[in-house]
Amino acid sequence: MEITTQEFKHCDLIKVKGRVDSATAPKLAQALESATKNGKYKLVIDMEGLEYMSSAGFRALLAAQRTCRRYNRGEVVLAAVPQRIREALELAGFTELFKTFDDVVSAVGYF
Amino acid sequence: MAEWLLNDLMQSARFAAQFEFLDEIRNFVGDIARRGGFSDKAVYNIQLATDEAASNIIEHAYKGVSNGVLELSCDVSNDAITIVLVDHGKPFDPSQIPAPDVKADLSKRKIGGLGLFLMRKLMDEVRYEAHPEQNRNVLTMIKYKE
Repeated sequence: MEITTQEFKHCDLIKVKGRVDSATAPKLAQALESATKNGKYKLVIDMEGLEYMSSAGFRALLAAQRTCRRYNRGEVVLAAVPQRIREALELAGFTELFKTFDDVVSAVGYF
Repeated sequence: MAEWLLNDLMQSARFAAQFEFLDEIRNFVGDIARRGGFSDKAVYNIQLATDEAASNIIEHAYKGVSNGVLELSCDVSNDAITIVLVDHGKPFDPSQIPAPDVKADLSKRKIGGLGLFLMRKLMDEVRYEAHPEQNRNVLTMIKYKE
């Protein structure tokens, strides 16, 4: 798994590539925490290059969403979610908790 | 790290019970399911269910154990794949794990139990047997072809 972060004027873009499972999810959780610790609460997660995500990854997303939404200071949104991952997120009821966008441009434009 | 035993009907492998081997575990079941004629979608879901099962074993059954072993076997028949995971760690009773409320608000959303929930949703059958006298726990998951 690879993570890169890019700062925009109104939000931060976190690009996640590869596979997120119990071995790699802590790295994703860490990247999200480091954003929120720096006062960044408007986050776009770009999933275009994501091949796989287990519930360990879902947990990291949920923890970040809780932190970001607190005091209405921001939110985590998902962009370019691959079909299989979207289906698993839906099954877990996670599509109710995250706005999703077809592409990064519209996700960034949301903020 | 995996010892592979091959025959025509069934394939088995032993993995060190560590998260680092989840990739290999997913590849192992994915290859067999794909060769057994399952669709891409079914292969992904079989891999996800197996990952969740193995992750639970590593995290809970082998909690505090660094040299645990996970035995995995896959058997493809004409209409189904059967995946069996055996561990020698602490038994756990899945019926004691409450199903997560997947409709709950963000603030009330529980983190635990999601892996087991996904396994039950993605596979057609999930059975668990603990044999404490043999220090052996057996999780069996079956998915039928669509």
